[in-house]
Amino acid sequence: MKAWVFGDNVDTDAIAPGRYMKFGIDEIAKHCFESVKPEFASSVKKGDVLVAGRNFGTGSSREQAAEALKHLGVAALVAESFAGLFYRNAINLGLPAVVCPEAKRIRPGDELRVDYETGKITDVTTGETLSAEPIPAFLMQLIRDGGLLPHLEKRPRTTS
Amino acid sequence: MKQTLAQKLVARAAGRKSVTPGEIVTCKVDLAMVHDSSGPRRMKPMLERLGAKVWDPTKLVVITDHYPPEHEDESRKVLRIAREWVREAGIDNFYDKQGICHIVLPERGHLEPGMFAVGADSHSPTGGAFAAYMFGVGATEMLGVLVTGEIWLKVPHTIAMEFDGAFGKGVSAKDVMLWLIGRFGMDGGQYQAVEYRGPAIRKLPMQERMTLCNMTAELGAQTGLIASDETTLRYLGKGECWGGDAGAPVLAHHRFHAEELAPQVAAPHSPANTRPVTDFSERIDLAYIGACTGAKLEDLRMAAQVLRGRKSRVKLQLAPASLRDQQTAEREGTLKVLLDAGAELLANSCGLCAGYGQQVLGENTVAISTTARNFKGRMGAASAQVYLASPYTVAASAVAGRITDPRAMLE
Repeated sequence: MKAWVFGDNVDTDAIAPGRYMKFGIDEIAKHCFESVKPEFASSVKKGDVLVAGRNFGTGSSREQAAEALKHLGVAALVAESFAGLFYRNAINLGLPAVVCPEAKRIRPGDELRVDYETGKITDVTTGETLSAEPIPAFLMQLIRDGGLLPHLEKRPRTTS
Repeated sequence: MKQTLAQKLVARAAGRKSVTPGEIVTCKVDLAMVHDSSGPRRMKPMLERLGAKVWDPTKLVVITDHYPPEHEDESRKVLRIAREWVREAGIDNFYDKQGICHIVLPERGHLEPGMFAVGADSHSPTGGAFAAYMFGVGATEMLGVLVTGEIWLKVPHTIAMEFDGAFGKGVSAKDVMLWLIGRFGMDGGQYQAVEYRGPAIRKLPMQERMTLCNMTAELGAQTGLIASDETTLRYLGKGECWGGDAGAPVLAHHRFHAEELAPQVAAPHSPANTRPVTDFSERIDLAYIGACTGAKLEDLRMAAQVLRGRKSRVKLQLAPASLRDQQTAEREGTLKVLLDAGAELLANSCGLCAGYGQQVLGENTVAISTTARNFKGRMGAASAQVYLASPYTVAASAVAGRITDPRAMLE
């Protein structure tokens, strides 16, 4: 898991620009971060981790922001803090989001290992161990199921 | 145990006598709102995949506002899906091209004090102005609500923002919010509940209160709340007074003197990049009066106070936040003042604010706007520079051709 590092207050317009919102996720994802880090969408690899400062995902309710990151292969998000609405969207789409007050110690390209349930992040490149907040058990269940939609799919269907 | 307004609202929806900040509860949803972008086009395939139906069609309101005026095929497709789906799903509460969801919802009588509501849009805290607990969720979470009628919540702490006295001439709710966001940051609300209190808040008309709660989104809170009073009940024509217990514990209590606040401007590219208007004199190419936060009837009246008998020197665009507000503005003469000043009238939709539609900012455009967010590239080209300000300040800047303190034009 290679780290891509961003700063504070990264907004949803940067992650999923409004002018592409009328299209499907393939097209939206191509333009992910195009105004701030244009190389991201074409260079990010499956299993990479996005690392950020405070208030990641501030702004819109558009869940295509979290969906685009997942679509591009981002395996997890690590930030000092998340915007609450974005955090709920990420979990609901099955994308783990980990709050780590020490996220700023991670450098671009560092190899990371993240344990969502204990909140332990290992920076393999530097050998450092960072402590993060464990993802609560009821939200881990959603992530394991692949998000809220597959989670609801497991419920018994009622006939109407 | 004394309870804040937020706790009382959450407790009622959770079927509890009281709740404690930090605990996780499940709440029954009284009202769900979606728009054309977050709604049918995303809900329909998910509901079909689950083989599920809307838990209670009378509790869902669908409003088209992001893709009107349907200027090309993709936008027309989004709206067609919305129109077809409400028929199939039996949703009677459908408002097509009537204005922006946060304004249309209370305008058409769907909100009441004491309710617990969710909206599939980030500015859903607007509903908190009516002492309803209302917050924004994404489309998948909304799907969960539509299927189960419930949603989980971490009971919020309350951050009290109290304003003594009264706001000065030329100072509006937008200035209050830009100043608070500048002071506390875009995460100052900590995803808790912000409650606006004090004599200066009580004196504000309903739509100004809506602006406070609306931009609580940019303050990073889950919702913004104001206890309901005579102003609320008069606007709605119904409802009860809901408020917190006096002395209920809060996470923080900030007190300010309303008189001390000057008009504010947020410079590119953040609503937190705020300074008093007197620090600015930048030349502008475009003045925009639009959005849920900046083009309600009260906002149009503020702009008209400045623009009466004056002309805009720059391109001035106006997108009234709802058709009904536009019609009232027309009847009372407010709209004529704006049009006489040179305003170009756009559709009653989200318009430039979200950068979704026909109108977007071109390369290197310098704009001053009554909208809520000036993130890089949001309203069009990444090279565009967007300054956020109140309707007074946007109108005054249009007249001067540069960012200008409106107070001199209100003499």
